[in-house]
Parts: sequence; C-alpha cells; structure tokens
Amino acid sequence: MTGDMAERTWQAWARPDGRKGIRDAIVVVYLVECAHHVARRIVDRMDDPRVQLIGFPGCYPNDYALAMMKALTTHPNVGGVVLLSLGCESFNREALAANAREQGRPVETIVIQQSGGTRGAMEAGIAAVARVRAAADAQAVRAPMRLSELVIGTICGGSDGTSGITGNPAVGRAFDTLVDAGAVCIFEETGEMIGCEGHMAERAATPAVAQDLIASVAQAERYYRAMGYGSFAPGNAEGGLSSQEEKSAGAYAKSGSRPISGVILPAEQAPGPGLYLLDVVPPGDPKFGFPNIVDNAEIGELIACGAHINLFVTGRGSVVGSAISPVIKVAANPEMYARMEGDMDVNAGRILYGEATLDAVGAEIVDLIVAVSGGAQTKSEALGHQEFVLTYKASGSNGPSCLPRVA
Amino acid sequence: MSVAAIRLTPRDNVAVCCRTVEPGERITVDGYELAITERVALGHKLAVMPLGTGDKVIKYGMPIGSMTQDAPAGGWVHMHNMQSDYIPAHLRDAHGDHA
Repeated sequence: MTGDMAERTWQAWARPDGRKGIRDAIVVVYLVECAHHVARRIVDRMDDPRVQLIGFPGCYPNDYALAMMKALTTHPNVGGVVLLSLGCESFNREALAANAREQGRPVETIVIQQSGGTRGAMEAGIAAVARVRAAADAQAVRAPMRLSELVIGTICGGSDGTSGITGNPAVGRAFDTLVDAGAVCIFEETGEMIGCEGHMAERAATPAVAQDLIASVAQAERYYRAMGYGSFAPGNAEGGLSSQEEKSAGAYAKSGSRPISGVILPAEQAPGPGLYLLDVVPPGDPKFGFPNIVDNAEIGELIACGAHINLFVTGRGSVVGSAISPVIKVAANPEMYARMEGDMDVNAGRILYGEATLDAVGAEIVDLIVAVSGGAQTKSEALGHQEFVLTYKASGSNGPSCLPRVA
Repeated sequence: MSVAAIRLTPRDNVAVCCRTVEPGERITVDGYELAITERVALGHKLAVMPLGTGDKVIKYGMPIGSMTQDAPAGGWVHMHNMQSDYIPAHLRDAHGDHA
C-alpha cells in the first residue's frame, strides 16, 4: 500500500463514543418472534434501504442476546433505534433502550399489547421510525474518517477447493495492509482453526494471547466433537486437501501474516488497533446447539464487535449481505464468478488463471473498502440484501485471561 | 494465459495445481523447473523440491503434515505419501469412505 492510501479520508458519521460510522441505519428491532411480523411490515412500508430489520426470536431471556443487541443498536453504522415488543416476552427492552439512549441514539419503543394490536402498532411504528430518522438526521455530525478508524471482519462460507488458495490468502494480504494502516481486523471460526493453533500462538503479541489462542481452539475442538461435527470430509481429500491442518490453514489464510493482538468475544470491542481472533465457541459443554447456525450469525457477531464492513470469501457462491454493515463478497472460484457476477464484488478466482496476483487482489480489496466506506454500494446492498440472524448462546470466555490483552 | 501451479508463500515446499498436469509436462513454478511424472489434478499439491520421509510439508508458510515417503521435485504430495501431524484418524476415515 502507498502512504497515500492510509491518508485517504471520506465523510463519516461521528458518534458520541468517539467511533465513526460509514452508514446511518435506522434499525427496527423485534424483541420476540411474536413482534416480527409487525416490525417487518413497518420496515417494508418505510421502503427506505436505511431502515433495516433486526431481531431476536426467543421468549426466554439470554445474556448473550442482550449483549449482542446492545452492541448492535449502538454500532457506529446505526443512527437510530425503534424497538418492537409484544409486551410479555422476557427481553429486557428497558435496558436495551436505555443503553442506546446513553449512546446518544434516538430511541422509541412500541409495545404491541399497549398499542392496539397489529394495526395500531404498525401505524405507531411507522410514525416512530419517521421521528427517529428525522431526529438522527437533525443531530448527525459528519466528520472525516480514515483507514486507521475502520474495523473490518472476515468470514468464509460456501467454501470449496479454491477458497484457501485464492480468496482467503487475498483477504490475508488486504488484512496485512489494513493492520499496517492501524485498523482493527477480526477473523473468526475457531472450529476451522484446528491445527493452526501452534502457528497462531507463534504470531501472538504476548504469551497471554498465545495461551488464549490455544485455549479457544482446544475448546472449539472439544465442542464440535461433542456436537458430532467432523470437519475433514472425504470431499476435501478429493479436492486435494491431505490433512485437517491443511484444510484449517486455508481458512486461517484470511488472517494474513501480522501479529495477533488478542482474542475477543462476541459483542466485545477490540481494545486497540491490530489483528484479533473472534472466539465464537461458547465455554463449557454444548448448551444451545451449534455456535453459529449459519454465515449471517457469524457476520452479526463480527458487526457486534464493531465491524464496519465484512469480507466474505465464497467458493460455491453465497448471495447474502447483512443489516447494519456492508458485506464485500470475494469470489474464490472463477467459474462461480462467471455464473454469479451480479452478486460478487471481487473476482479472486483470476489468481487461479494467473491473471492476477494475491497482492493485486489484496490491493483491490483495500481499494474497495475505501470506496464502500465512502458510500459506494456493495453488490449485496444494491440488491437489497439485509440478512440478520441472532439465536441463543452461552456467554463467557474460554481463555485463561478473561480480557483481551494488547501488545 | 494460464499458469499450471502456484506457490502460495516463499516458504512453501509444495505448489498447488491450477489445472490438471500430465506426465511428461515440464512446468516452472516460482523459478523451480518441475518434471511432471504422474497426473495431478486441480487443487492437488506438487513438491517443488525433493522431499524426504519425515520432512514437514509447508503450504501457506505453515506445516500441514509430514512426509511418510520420499517424493521427487514435481511429484504428487497427498495422503499416499504424507500424513497429518494432528489427527491421523481423519485421514483413515476419509480413505475408508472414498477408497
């Protein structure tokens, strides 16, 4: 990267906590499945890409879900919040609203049982969204933002034999550039890091971080084994993978080559610039099922950790985007890119044909991050993708040190 | 313009095939001249230098297992001549299902 890139700025939204956002979403949050329909109809009728639907389906309380929602509703890409409650669910809507209000976000809460049911709540909700959006606009503070203020996450989904040799290492090159520029970069899926923990520990910024990395991968192996989940499938061998650690290394390549500054938990903010592993596997025995049921559950956790943009490497061809933070889709497989170009932001498959180097695609990804930060739409944003998934999970750390350490 | 194989990092002693390579082909990967002696498919690995039994196989700049037999430069590196240093049982399972 040239020095010019690190100095490039774009106009962002300055938030009261000092963070800056690259979008100004108004989130409509259903707090139980019973309020989902009303919330969805409010969002549909607003017909504004900025007004986005997120929610939690369960009626029982869950500390993780509350922590996730607190982080999401005060994410720097969020400018205002409307909560949709049925009325009798367990979700602590008062704590959620108070937290967002403390962070300077306009907040309104609609309780369906107190608003005349579906019809009344829908009308009240539409009016509330309009007021919150206007209040967010009225108090908006615009300020220049640069690479060093970004939080970038990465995941891979729909992987095939090409993911590990094109898209993932290309994202790794982009991560190296971003870390060098002072950004926060987050990689995840500890279950797919099995076999890489020794190498990760060597990259740890401190001995405590090395211990945390090893502990989190050990827990992932224990947890997935208890779930009956075998990672190395016969199809992997047909595709040329010879060992568990080779398969893991393909996913791990997304992390690039810089020192690992710490391990963070879902909804936890990185304490300083650098590269972090997001430990997605909860402590203890399996309690609520798979750590993350689908790619968007992982994307939601990265966003709750402050990610402004997520880099999604896909071989077979995922089409998803996300609420709150844009998703940049990196196609690892050139044949899939040809079939699904309308959904893909970057064609890393060119590397396989010798038409581009890893460095060139890495630089292209960084350029795109700057453009998207400045307001350019990703393919999934332009197509209206705003997926969101949040389910139950146990809270807590697997590592010997409960808080991430910074070098 | 198509390349036959790529080496992912300068530390690697294997390269990954970008297409199927055939016996008799001579290819160049990062300056290494490789004589292909057997058919190796897209996504599979070629030794870029002679590898001896017990050598670590390096891909992505990190060890992905150890050689259980020797392989010449340009030779196929897979489960018949290398194994995991981590969970060998996974290899047997994969072999069993797809032998």
